[in-house]
Amino acid sequence: MKGGSEMYIQVKNVSKIYTQNTVNAKALEGANLEIRQGEFICLLGPSGCGKTTLLNLIAGFEKPTVGEILLDGQIVNEPSIKYVTIFQNYGLLPWRTVQGNVELGLESLGYDKAKIRKIAEEYIELVGLSLFKKHHPYQLSGGMQQRVAIARALAVDPDIIFMDEPFGALDAMTRMKMQDEISGIWEKKKKTILFVTHDIDESVFLADRIVIMTPHPGKIKSIVNVPLSRKRDRTHPDFLAIRDKVFAEFEMKEKNKIEYYI
Amino acid sequence: MSRLKKLINTIIGLLLLIALWQGIVLTGKYDSSLLPSPLKVLEAMGELIENGTLLTHIRVSLYRFSAGYLCAVAAGIVFGLILGWFNKLWGIIDPIIQVLRPISPIAWFPFIVLWFGIGDTPAIVIIFIAAFFPVLLSTVSAVSKVDQIYLKVAKNFGIKQPHILTKIVFPAAFPYIATGLHLALGSAWVFLVAGEMVGAQSGLGYLIIDARNNIRPDLVLAGIIFIGISGLLLDRLIRLLEHWIGKNWGIVPNERGL
Repeated sequence: MKGGSEMYIQVKNVSKIYTQNTVNAKALEGANLEIRQGEFICLLGPSGCGKTTLLNLIAGFEKPTVGEILLDGQIVNEPSIKYVTIFQNYGLLPWRTVQGNVELGLESLGYDKAKIRKIAEEYIELVGLSLFKKHHPYQLSGGMQQRVAIARALAVDPDIIFMDEPFGALDAMTRMKMQDEISGIWEKKKKTILFVTHDIDESVFLADRIVIMTPHPGKIKSIVNVPLSRKRDRTHPDFLAIRDKVFAEFEMKEKNKIEYYI
Repeated sequence: MSRLKKLINTIIGLLLLIALWQGIVLTGKYDSSLLPSPLKVLEAMGELIENGTLLTHIRVSLYRFSAGYLCAVAAGIVFGLILGWFNKLWGIIDPIIQVLRPISPIAWFPFIVLWFGIGDTPAIVIIFIAAFFPVLLSTVSAVSKVDQIYLKVAKNFGIKQPHILTKIVFPAAFPYIATGLHLALGSAWVFLVAGEMVGAQSGLGYLIIDARNNIRPDLVLAGIIFIGISGLLLDRLIRLLEHWIGKNWGIVPNERGL
């Protein structure tokens, strides 16, 4: 990592242990990570590698058992509207329309109604759902629902966006389309994004740096830089070279005939 | 098609019941003062409608019912949300509720009369008691069933109390609460009649007691039938409401928008 100025997100020697019926399970061990403002970081690994745990810790939904996490120099204690999380199952409120869902976060910022409406419409437009703003979530496809969640997150103008396998429930084609969109949004809005995934291609397509994580116990194994320009070509030799490198990190290079399962 | 079939089934069922009833009357084993004939009851129903007695009593009953039921719904939901949210408090209150709940509201009648006198209030209180517990219990359990992700989202977006309860928990729990409202409606209607039988000078329950005192079994049966029909209509009304809620709460996965 490049030294010098203070890092935006600092994870210092963090471990998380869950205790259930007096049995301790180590979800994450000795994690150290530093992230600059505006970086797109992917946490990549199979299930049980602690990637979601690490995300929840940085987002403030949980507290580390050991170590500390700093966001912008402040120790993380609880979730904040400045750092918004997007979940795999979207977390949309089914009783609210698209517009109502996007307005949810804005309501606690103390804006007046007209302003809330205007900002919400702007972001619904950004994700291309203007025609659907009066629809309820159940009337939308999975990809559209996730766009609503993205609009809702962006609308409150957060400093960081956490994404927990946000495209995990989508089919392959929709998933690639959403990857294009989030990559475009990232370039436009210059947010710091922390993106959890188990999809190697997805991480190579999206990330500036890929944090490779391995299970039993969950650990950060290494970090792979992705010095490719945007918008990335999934079939370009440079793309495939980095993909190979990631496979190698998981020691799946020689055995890459074996399907990578989760 | 299926609607027509349903209607036909209903008519067949009713005709069978009436035929059975008429058959028993025709055996002549029962005096008409013990079992009036269907025709006589029909006449009695006409009489009640014509002279306006029915309307007066139904109006009174519905007023008491709405007052008691709506108060119970409001109180049940508010307390249910609070107790469901603060589950430590619920741990203390729950045993008390479990003791109070199986007591028939009618059992409280001596106290109700002492505390609330006579008139509309005792009946309203009885309906309140009958409806309150189902609403309270279904609300408490609905709160505990609220998907954690909504609470996570609320926390993330900086939503604070009481808005977590009003904006998130209540709407998220409402489809389950609605089931409780439906249950409560049924049991409250049952106790309305019982309440009016013991302490009122008007209403559908009183109508029956009054008819008995005048030795008019045909009027008694007519009253019973009207109570059944009104209960059925109320049930249908709340079903419509439930359907409307389902649609607006996004839990009816009917046609997709696109």
